[in-house]
Amino acid sequence: MNAPNKEVLLSLYRQMLVIRRCEEQLARSYQAGLIPGACHTYVGEEAIATGVCAHLRHEDAVFSTHRGHGHALAKGVPPRQVVAELYGKSTGCSQGRGGSMHLFSPEVGMMGTSGIVGPCILQATGAGYSFKLLKTDRVGVAFFGDGAVNNGAFHEGLNLATIFNLPVLFVCENNQYATEVPFTYSSKNSEVANRAAAYNLPGVAVDGNEVLAVYRVAGEAIERARKGGGPTLMECRTYRTRAHAEGMREAGYRSIEEIESWKARDPIPAFRKQLLARGYRAGELDRIDEEVKAQIQEAVEFAEQSPWPDPSTLMDHIYSRSGA
Amino acid sequence: MRELTFTAAAREALAEEMAQNPAIFVVGQGIGKRGGNFNTTTGLYELYGQERLADVPISERGFVGMCAGAAMTGTRPVVDFMFLDFILDGFGELVNQVAKMQYMSSGRLKMPLLLRGCIGVGGASATHHSGNYYPIFAHLPGFRVALPTNPYDAKGLLKTALRTDDPVLFLEHKSLLNTKGPVPEEEYTIPFGQAAVVRQGTAVTVVAFALMVRKTLEACEQLEKEGISVELIDPRTVAPLDVDTILESVRKTGRLLVVDETFGPCGMGSEVAAQIMEKGFDELDAPVRRVYGAHTPIPYSAPLEQAAVPQVPQIAQAIRDLVAE
Repeated sequence: MNAPNKEVLLSLYRQMLVIRRCEEQLARSYQAGLIPGACHTYVGEEAIATGVCAHLRHEDAVFSTHRGHGHALAKGVPPRQVVAELYGKSTGCSQGRGGSMHLFSPEVGMMGTSGIVGPCILQATGAGYSFKLLKTDRVGVAFFGDGAVNNGAFHEGLNLATIFNLPVLFVCENNQYATEVPFTYSSKNSEVANRAAAYNLPGVAVDGNEVLAVYRVAGEAIERARKGGGPTLMECRTYRTRAHAEGMREAGYRSIEEIESWKARDPIPAFRKQLLARGYRAGELDRIDEEVKAQIQEAVEFAEQSPWPDPSTLMDHIYSRSGA
Repeated sequence: MRELTFTAAAREALAEEMAQNPAIFVVGQGIGKRGGNFNTTTGLYELYGQERLADVPISERGFVGMCAGAAMTGTRPVVDFMFLDFILDGFGELVNQVAKMQYMSSGRLKMPLLLRGCIGVGGASATHHSGNYYPIFAHLPGFRVALPTNPYDAKGLLKTALRTDDPVLFLEHKSLLNTKGPVPEEEYTIPFGQAAVVRQGTAVTVVAFALMVRKTLEACEQLEKEGISVELIDPRTVAPLDVDTILESVRKTGRLLVVDETFGPCGMGSEVAAQIMEKGFDELDAPVRRVYGAHTPIPYSAPLEQAAVPQVPQIAQAIRDLVAE
């Protein structure tokens, strides 16, 4: 795979910032009482969605979890649609039916985030089945946390994808806690990538806070999948530096020192440092950040001004229009 | 007209639709070369190969979830559970994902997923191979549930199931699989939500489901000799349920009995009774009565198994009693 060019490098930087600034805004909106339901932020994990989705086209299918804002944004859902969805507005990507945990935008290949841990693994496998049967080079991608690894869906999905040699990328974002339960407690095998051996598919562990490392490993896996080389399990080791959900505690089940040590490994300043070392100017990078902040500000105004869903649409779309 | 068995008619529907639509594929255990434990896919593997007739590991949650993802991305999966009891291992995927996907995506994703399996009590199948479970699915928004009771309906309803974009449960009672009936050679489909009036009558309306349609027909022959004229309705789909046809019949007879093989509580009888009471209370000359299966896991030994489900004499007596009220 070719090394990323300037355009790619700057777009990775911009994408991580879009997620970060959007999440920071959503946290503020939650505190202001503007988000009526749950809000699970992706702060600290931005490099993963960014590095993986940079290789995807709109017709590739992404399936994700309750911590899915970053995946939706990286797959191409406009921030205004994500913010409006969390506000419960009709202009949200799920038209107000979903909220934080149920983001849908099939137009850009965001096939949904789920409030239940595990199904995304199976659905990405099924997308792989479709794409193989339809003789395309499209891929299915599942994002899930370490909490999903002990779930039966992980076992069944990886096995099915492997026996059928499907074009699927399984991305485990190992942030080390399932809500507040440490992965070291819930499994005697604290690694994820090495579980690939049980199914005989490639398993690769990567620093999930290093966007270029994620970009490289995901690129190889996706290229292999497109060429008929089958699925890959990718473990991205990372950390969520905010609470499981807004309004919950940040520490108690984990130490302040641990949180601070991971904040010091924040993927965005780390990548900025790399870009500066490569000769990019601080002003150029600052300008990207300013543009992103303006974009998020516009998204919030859009969400605030958007109409509520019409209660008369409550029963729409339960069934298709195909008739039966 | 030619006669086919129930199984052959359903298989013909699948074969015809697979020929028309290359996006249809079937998963299940033994549905490939073996042709299906109940011969649901006999001969199709030779025509369409392994990708479209894919044997899968015994991992129901896995392949239900996989087929959900496939249905969202442009193909039309058929999950052949063999025995419907096995669907329960995939229940979470069905309720939380499959049934809700169209709604949650505001109609932008489709869910053309066919879930088929054999249901019903009989043949000493015992407790893990005798389930019915259709009222559970009828309770949930998002599913279509078809209960064909003869070869003609099996073919026509399966064709509809393979053309709709909604998830459909197509449930075949084991005791009906080898029954024969007329099936025309020419193309036809049967819409969901359209009950069949199996037998016209004037004294009482009986709504029966699945195998109970045949058992009630037997009871009707006996009652005919006693001068009791029964109108028998087969809803054919429980979701949607054709309440209008039932109501129309009750307007004529003034009496309603619901016969169901499966459990009473929160069952089809409860639902039909409630809806008729809400929409047609003034038409009723007597309380709605129900005959249903015992509220018990299904046992193995014949005397116990037979006691668990309504039998012809019991149905006949319930009709006599209702007419006398």
